[in-house]
Amino acid sequence: MKREHIILAAVFVVLALVPFAAELTGQASWTRLVGQALIYGMAAASLNFILGYGGMVSFGHAAFFGIGGYVVGIMYHHFDAGTAFLGLIPGTDQMLITLPAAILIAGLAAALVGAMSLRTGGVQFIMITLAFAQMFFFLFISLKTYGGEDGIMVRRTNSLPGLNMRDKATLYWVVLGLAAAYYLFLRRLVQSSFGQIIAGIRQNERRMAAMGISTYRYKLYAFVLSGMGAGLAGALMVNFLRFASPDMMHWSRSGELMIMVILGGVGTLAGPFIGAGVLFTLETTLARYTEHWMLPVGIILLLVVMTSKGGLMALLRRLGGKG
Amino acid sequence: MILLFEQLLNGLQYGVTLFLLAAGLTLIFGIMGVINLAHGAFYMVGAFAGAWVSIQTGSFWGGLLAGLAASAIVGIVVELGVMRRLYARDHLDQVLATFALILIFNQSTVLIFGRQPLFTSLPEVFSGSIEIIPGLPYPTFRLFVIAVGLAVAVGLYLLINKTRIGMLVRAGASNRQMVRALGVNIQGLYTAIFGLGALLAGLAGVMASPIVSVQVGMGDEIILATFVVVVIGGVGSVKGAFVAGIVLGMCDTMLRAFLPGLLQQAMPGPEAQALGVGISSMGIYLMMALVLLVRPRGLFAAQG
Amino acid sequence: MTHVLEISGLLKTFGGLTATDHVSLTVDTGEIHALIGPNGAGKSTLINQICGEITPNAGQIHLAGRDITRLPPADRVALGLGRTFQITSLLDDMTVRENLGLAVQAREGGNFRIFDRAAKRAEIWDEVATILKDSALGDRADVTVADLAHGEKKQLELAMALSQRPRLLLLDEPMAGLGHVESQQMIEALLAARGECAMLLVEHDMEAVFALADRISVLVYGRIIAAGNADDIRANPTVREAYLGEEEA
Repeated sequence: MKREHIILAAVFVVLALVPFAAELTGQASWTRLVGQALIYGMAAASLNFILGYGGMVSFGHAAFFGIGGYVVGIMYHHFDAGTAFLGLIPGTDQMLITLPAAILIAGLAAALVGAMSLRTGGVQFIMITLAFAQMFFFLFISLKTYGGEDGIMVRRTNSLPGLNMRDKATLYWVVLGLAAAYYLFLRRLVQSSFGQIIAGIRQNERRMAAMGISTYRYKLYAFVLSGMGAGLAGALMVNFLRFASPDMMHWSRSGELMIMVILGGVGTLAGPFIGAGVLFTLETTLARYTEHWMLPVGIILLLVVMTSKGGLMALLRRLGGKG
Repeated sequence: MILLFEQLLNGLQYGVTLFLLAAGLTLIFGIMGVINLAHGAFYMVGAFAGAWVSIQTGSFWGGLLAGLAASAIVGIVVELGVMRRLYARDHLDQVLATFALILIFNQSTVLIFGRQPLFTSLPEVFSGSIEIIPGLPYPTFRLFVIAVGLAVAVGLYLLINKTRIGMLVRAGASNRQMVRALGVNIQGLYTAIFGLGALLAGLAGVMASPIVSVQVGMGDEIILATFVVVVIGGVGSVKGAFVAGIVLGMCDTMLRAFLPGLLQQAMPGPEAQALGVGISSMGIYLMMALVLLVRPRGLFAAQG
Repeated sequence: MTHVLEISGLLKTFGGLTATDHVSLTVDTGEIHALIGPNGAGKSTLINQICGEITPNAGQIHLAGRDITRLPPADRVALGLGRTFQITSLLDDMTVRENLGLAVQAREGGNFRIFDRAAKRAEIWDEVATILKDSALGDRADVTVADLAHGEKKQLELAMALSQRPRLLLLDEPMAGLGHVESQQMIEALLAARGECAMLLVEHDMEAVFALADRISVLVYGRIIAAGNADDIRANPTVREAYLGEEEA
């Protein structure tokens, strides 16, 4: 227990120092890269809650990531144009409003998708979640008001009272703070009474039903919580990149989130963050050397899936256990 | 009216293409219980090999043979090298490993052929069109594609219902353990089915190559529609793949052809266009969601 | 009325096959009612209809006077229906203690709490400790279920079902696959539990049935052909012919 706390604190401090390190070494892109990896880590961690802890293989998780992003984009669009969404809701650039709104809307979307998808299981569940994500993808492509295929530019990052959000480092620390908070939230969640029920459902749904648990309700609640987390990550990403596009919810993005989870370690807390960091670093590093970076990524991924059980977390634990 | 008829034929042609892809996929799915996202890669391999050979030799038929051979060989290699180790894994590992295969296949194709699409010309026999009903000349090649698709459907029906292999396939789709218990060479059967599935996908690729542009990623677009077909039809059911393929092919084509026009009567042009295209792209997914809500295992589910 | 369970005219057909043919039976408070019959007689189908995993074509099921015929499985549990499975069905990656803890938690409620710590809910773990103390599993508490012997899994299933404090416990072949000693242990455990709830016992092991049951019903081809106490059943010529005779032959 103690050791875990020390490691977590150390990792947090190191991550908090990234902007300084970037300035000292002149590698200004570091802050941006680590920030993005943290946000992907949040999205992957939210997926991991249903996938790793709950056993629900959702292949449409990027939809909620994208919806969260679009909430920020659309609110900014109306704020900028001085118009109102559906003629009713005025836009805003206040992060204290946009982030909760993104979480809420993504949660509603997850409730809708989950309520229908969770009636199926197995392969059908994988495919129906993919189908819903595709529907959202094409829905946003067809909304010309919000940029259609091109998406929405958010010229300025949302503001937070008392902070200069135009400063890259400040924005990074906000992201880091939220990522840490989300990590702690998930840590609590999997240890909670609800987390135990979800773990039970993953292992043996029939047994849980025989104990009086209406598994559908619990799975739906988990699905909604997970979608909310992805919505938060998406909202942060749009703030970070100042851009929302349908690509955020493309099916290959859902696949990438799954890769991050597997790579890091299914059903572990830190795994998705590690997986996101590794995949994102791998992609950006390889992309610098070759335009065919997808080939080595594909081969590495294939090797990881074929040879390892438990991803990088299992590897770390093995190393930690021996050393 | 003539326009409608023409679009129906286009839909039929797209439908049989979906069926060719879905037939193999649903068998692989149903018998080996493995999700193969990379099935679209065999379609792409078939299209590229076919197009390249037919450009080099000037013979469509040579290209057809090359496409079939290439996709079947690639399919068998993939089965022996990768899929075989995935049968016992859970769906998650299968999704990821085959997702990795997509990346590998797409980038390898870029390395070999570059990003420029390949264009093939039609053989002499098929370059014209036939006036099916007065006032509607329809390209002969598209009719040929429809005929090939229907012929494969009949062939598969005979194979599955009238042969010993077919008996094993049917038994395997409904009860895997039983086939194992029969002492059949399961490994060989799996490899053969996988090869057959890849071959059919390659056939679809070759058939599509003169109609769509042959380029990297062409498999990714159609594989999602194929999965929709497989799931709606019911995993493991070739009959389901046929029915769902044709219906979806037609619905998708009709929506794309007519919805933007219909919307334009109600709202301004460009927005109607965008919305129409968007909604018609959503159409097949909406259908899948609706079908699964009523029948969670698809229309013709082989397993109970 | 003291019927804990009352089934009337339960009909279930699969295609042309009638699995339960207008079955009626009752289980009274404090009673162990055994249901016997050859394989394929429809016992499992009957159990699954009572649990709610299969919906009958016709007939009613009342639990403590309440019509539960159309309720989903989990709601029946809330009304006091417990069960064990023919093929043990447990949370294999968790320990014995964790399995019991989850069972107690499921009954206690608070299952939607996301900010508490399940491991610190004293009311749950105190009860689990008590259950373990009184059971044969006491020294196996922290063993993962996957590593348990078959007999231990059966015992754990029973303990989990009892921790739900059911009014009625459905036992689907609790003796299946048990050796002689384990069977004796199970019979003792069931006798010890008989004060807590009524039981409907489906079982092939006639020794166990005669040792436990207050009443016995015989199900053959989906129909109850005889009912009564152990002596009635032993003496019943129809039963001997249709069922007991078969076994001896």
